[in-house]
Amino acid sequence: MSNERVPVSLKVNGSIHSLLLEPRVSLLDALRDHLSLPGTKKGCNQGACGACTVLVDGERINSCLTLAIQYEDREIQTIEGLVQNGVLHPLQDAFITHDGFQCGYCTPGQICSAVAMVAEWKAGALSAVTKPDSPPQLSDDELRERMSGNLCRCGAYVGIRAAIRDAFAEMSR
Amino acid sequence: MNAFEYVRATDHQSAIDLASRPAVSARFLAGGTNLIDLMREGVEQPRLLVDVTRLPLSTVEERANDGVRIGAMVRNSHLASHPIVRERFPLLSQAILNGASAQLRNMATTAGNLMQRTRCYYFYDTASHCNKREPGSGCDAIGGFNRIHAILGASSQCIATHPSDMCVALAALDAIVNIEGPTGARAVPFADFHRLPGETPDVDTNLLRGELITSVDLPGSSAGLRSAYRKVRDRASYAFALVSVAAAMRISDGRIRDVRLALGGVAHKPWRAVAAERTLLGAVPTPDAFAHAADAELAPAVARAHNGFKIALTKRTLVAVLSELSGVDGGAA
Repeated sequence: MSNERVPVSLKVNGSIHSLLLEPRVSLLDALRDHLSLPGTKKGCNQGACGACTVLVDGERINSCLTLAIQYEDREIQTIEGLVQNGVLHPLQDAFITHDGFQCGYCTPGQICSAVAMVAEWKAGALSAVTKPDSPPQLSDDELRERMSGNLCRCGAYVGIRAAIRDAFAEMSR
Repeated sequence: MNAFEYVRATDHQSAIDLASRPAVSARFLAGGTNLIDLMREGVEQPRLLVDVTRLPLSTVEERANDGVRIGAMVRNSHLASHPIVRERFPLLSQAILNGASAQLRNMATTAGNLMQRTRCYYFYDTASHCNKREPGSGCDAIGGFNRIHAILGASSQCIATHPSDMCVALAALDAIVNIEGPTGARAVPFADFHRLPGETPDVDTNLLRGELITSVDLPGSSAGLRSAYRKVRDRASYAFALVSVAAAMRISDGRIRDVRLALGGVAHKPWRAVAAERTLLGAVPTPDAFAHAADAELAPAVARAHNGFKIALTKRTLVAVLSELSGVDGGAA
């Protein structure tokens, strides 16, 4: 009964894909192994590193801790879907400009996470370091806290912060 | 991960019926942030997952007298940002934002947060002895590396702690857990929802087979108090609490008229600090009174080989939070 594959329909980067998957297949494995979208990375596979971050209905989640079958009928966006008509997303551009990586393994997760982080900030979402009298600027403390779900073991954080700041300014124009 | 059958529930009753089926090890699946991880480690091996994320339980509703009802499937990020919660219960918002990461808070649900299991590494490691994972097998934490373990309410069977931040705030705010099950609906005070380990550490909560959490109520009597959540951990973000304090208080005419205190990271359940509250109620808020309250709460604390620091840390954190809330200079406790 239970290791039978079942039909799963996923909408990824605007395209609908009909798959046959065992229910235990994670969204991460579905993307990488069944849809040939290896941009999303498997780091810890336990929700601790953020390398697998993707966007669902515009919100960032860890695709390793989700079953693909739970996300039918949702809008899933991966790093591959950020390019529009061959033009890089401002955050992708900024990561190149500011050397926001060394080995690059955490980078797709960092960028997807930052895309959603900017949207959360614009929507007025709080963070653990937001105080009632906090200035309305995205301080380094805010940036660090809001991006704490994405680890970079090369330690490229200075470049990552610079890239996000730069793109944030451009996206806010 | 073991293979399992997956069913997406469309209404409460069918979810409850499925999970109540005899001889089937079923689990409700919500955000999955803990359950999927535990299944991958082989700690949880359900044969049936009942996905409850599409049940109509995702709203935050205003209730009479400034109360609020939080649907079981409201996600943590939405709850922390909800205008009514921010206005009436900022303690809850703060506690949630101090837990996990933005990604996890977008997935994790209200009910799932209540149901998450300990992060004791011996519980996670299937090669270790653990009475919670495998009753009767022993506890490798008691004689092992127990820096993150309990100082209050532990037993000779288990010294695990409850990992939640959100639940510490819910304990302080006198939440009520609304449950539906095979035999009907019931409402459980938050203090009675989670269990101490005793002789059956494998049982985390007082939920019965097939019972489904449908919502959590916050009474208006907890609204509008001055409050603070402080979490002490090994790094500045994205780590479980070594110790945390949720506090809400009202002072008038120089005396403490209302006080609710709960501790995280110290016990098998979110720990309502009843003894400390008792010494503070009606007292003049001073650093000495706060230290006395902390001592009263921590009198029964038991230190293991590596977690003795938590007793002093809990006292200092409690005194610091109470000092901040009352505007009293707490100094070094």
